[in-house]
Amino acid sequence: MPVLCSSCSEKRAVLKRPKTGHSLCKACFFWAFEEEVHQTIVAAKLFRSGETVGIAASGGKDSTVLAHVMKLLNERHGYGLELMLISVDEGITGYRDDSLETVKRNQQQYELPLKIVSYEELYGWTMDAIVKQVGLKNNCTFCGVFRRQALDRGAIMLKVDKICTGHNADDVAETVLMNILRGDIARLRRCTAISTASEGDGVVPRCKPLKYAYEKEIVLYAYFKKLDYFSTECIYSPNAYRGYARTFLKDLESIRPSSIMDIIHSGENLSVREGVKMPVQGTCSRCGYISSQALCKSCVLLEGLNRGLPKLGIGKHHRLHGKILSQQPLTEHEQRKLKSVDF
Amino acid sequence: MCQVEEEYHEQLERVDTPSASKKCVKCKEELAAVVIRAGDAYCRKCFRESFIHKFRAMLGKTRVIFPGEKVLLAVSGGPSSCSMLSQVQEGVSQNAHKKLRFFPGIVYIDEGGALGQCKEMRQKTTSELCDMFRSTGFPFYILPLEQVLDLPGSVLTPSPPSDQPGSVYKAAVDLFLQSGDSSSDGKAEEQECVSLPAVQESHTRLLQQLIGSAQTLTAKQDLLNTFRQHLLVHTARTRGYSKLMQGDSCTRLAVKLLTSISLGRGAQLAQDTGFSDCRYGDVTVVRPMREYSAKEIAYYNHMFKVPSVVIPNLDTKMPDKASIQRLTQNFVTKLQADFHSTVSTIYRTGEKLQTAGRDSSAAEDAKRCVLCVCGLDTAAEEASALQATLISEQLSQSSVKPEPPASVGQCCSSERPCGGAEGTGDCCRSSRDHEATDLRSLLCYSCRRTVRDMSSVDCLPQYVLSVAQRRQNRSAMKEQISEFLLDDADENN
Repeated sequence: MPVLCSSCSEKRAVLKRPKTGHSLCKACFFWAFEEEVHQTIVAAKLFRSGETVGIAASGGKDSTVLAHVMKLLNERHGYGLELMLISVDEGITGYRDDSLETVKRNQQQYELPLKIVSYEELYGWTMDAIVKQVGLKNNCTFCGVFRRQALDRGAIMLKVDKICTGHNADDVAETVLMNILRGDIARLRRCTAISTASEGDGVVPRCKPLKYAYEKEIVLYAYFKKLDYFSTECIYSPNAYRGYARTFLKDLESIRPSSIMDIIHSGENLSVREGVKMPVQGTCSRCGYISSQALCKSCVLLEGLNRGLPKLGIGKHHRLHGKILSQQPLTEHEQRKLKSVDF
Repeated sequence: MCQVEEEYHEQLERVDTPSASKKCVKCKEELAAVVIRAGDAYCRKCFRESFIHKFRAMLGKTRVIFPGEKVLLAVSGGPSSCSMLSQVQEGVSQNAHKKLRFFPGIVYIDEGGALGQCKEMRQKTTSELCDMFRSTGFPFYILPLEQVLDLPGSVLTPSPPSDQPGSVYKAAVDLFLQSGDSSSDGKAEEQECVSLPAVQESHTRLLQQLIGSAQTLTAKQDLLNTFRQHLLVHTARTRGYSKLMQGDSCTRLAVKLLTSISLGRGAQLAQDTGFSDCRYGDVTVVRPMREYSAKEIAYYNHMFKVPSVVIPNLDTKMPDKASIQRLTQNFVTKLQADFHSTVSTIYRTGEKLQTAGRDSSAAEDAKRCVLCVCGLDTAAEEASALQATLISEQLSQSSVKPEPPASVGQCCSSERPCGGAEGTGDCCRSSRDHEATDLRSLLCYSCRRTVRDMSSVDCLPQYVLSVAQRRQNRSAMKEQISEFLLDDADENN
């Protein structure tokens, strides 16, 4: 006997929701998914009418679904937003150039303006060149830090009021786990927030409308809606530390599917003891971007790359900020420490 | 590399081949006998000294245990708790340098009934432990877990802490010294010759039914831990002990922290893994072994012949993904093998957290979870994970429920709304669904999740159900008269 949809009880169920375990037909699933994102947006008051919103698009499933749903909800519920696509080209051959093609196709499908910013034009380095210098272990740090700034620069160029990214529930849960494993109390407190703080110029607030959507549901949505996306993993990611947290999370999900939401709930309810030292937000003395140190992380990383000392950004280095700012050469001892390991 | 604040002082090190003639890093005279962390080689004497010193320093710096207090040691038979027992024994003995000034007792909870062990196995284990405890000279109690079914409801209510004659530590120490340190021979009570209590078959069956009603191993382990804790606290309370010492090591606490996060217990983390846990009010749970890694304890036990007993657990010999607890333990130990600072980083992260929301000692009785006695964290605020889950549940089910028939009157009182969110539609099909829904409102997020895995809420012990019933009645009463109450009166029950 075919299983009926638990929502409309009329049509046959074609899928089982990973989030709640209920069996739903296609139409009810689409409705539930879109409605949940809408509720998230409304409850967290993410947008105001008349704003320009930049959708961070990478061509992958999260950003494709995000672009699709944002456009749909904007029309259906009349948010009054002007949507745009922002994409970042890190310069990874065989990965990013393919996914950028997907973004260009998305642009045509959804008829949204698109802006592509590349590491090459912003920093003078592509990820391929960086990996050649740094090796395969710490490169995700460079990519992540640079991308954050690149998105902000792209957003300022397009004059958008907010950026929205396609981070889903799995990403947020992974981040909570990773911050515990790394002992990063400051980030632990902030990582479950659905949108970032909005002070400071040079900083565009960003939000995660898909924060409570499971990755599996996003894939189901994209599959049934026949959305076009690029689905290969970054070729440089296999050695990332985040991989451990991800495997753990996948295993947890297989034991108990609700654990993803449980972890997010835990993360939201964590509170830090008084007297624990927290970083204070300031600005970078060199580029003016927000930073909790004298120099922002991307300036430090760039400096390291340009001087041939790739480990400059990895690990504690704020003692050297003064030297970098004043353009002093580093002592030999320091230089030796910061060179990458030769095999 | 994996830590945010990692220091990179050293150049790429040449790994020294371990040589037998390495000197102890502390005294630099003796040959090293054991390597604790990479590079820390100690000789036997220095290792023992540092081990003992750590224990004393832990008790000393936290100043939670007052002199002359009665402290109950919860010994499970495993290496950590047996090590803790030997440390206390060592510390309380006459010839100790600066001896510890409290009066210990020992308690062991026999969980064989829940594990389905046969009577002979249980007898054998308990008699082994009995001999071990007897040789320490402290009063000891061996209780079967089945006794948890007979607990009174007062276990779930935090009692106010008893008046200390000097709540400031220093004042208490001075007072104790002044009173002449009268019972200074360390044996405050006559050692009780406790014969192993006979366990009724029916109780064992009930206990097994209770554990068996949880469908997943995760929920089973969670329930077992909760009830064991209740029994321990009750024992401490009734025998006049104001502190309960548990032997969780650093490794165990790091695993517990990650497990708690995965189960949704973020709000209660500080109490679950901190040094002292005051949720029960008059009995404080302390964890003095929390700075020892499992490796250190194993070395110490081996080198100084500390006896311990191997007792199986619910997840012994289970596959990796049998339960969340098992999975997390494997994950942490494997990660620790590759990144040596994993356990200590997780532990230090836990140290920086505190209990969210209002102070636990001031929380009203009604705002505590019925099972874990921690503050409730289920206020579904706007844009929270809890609210998102509720919305998902609603959207995935039919929102139109059939009208309940008019003869509903007898099973629903007028205060309780019918037709819970479980979506069963017909509210008087079984009052069991009712109870399940109502019990949920009295539980914290993770206990709710555990109870959801249970096939029937009725299997819970009587004391839990009766306390739940009472709290529901009170909240229904409060709702009725809410417009006449002037302010939030103190409701210490």
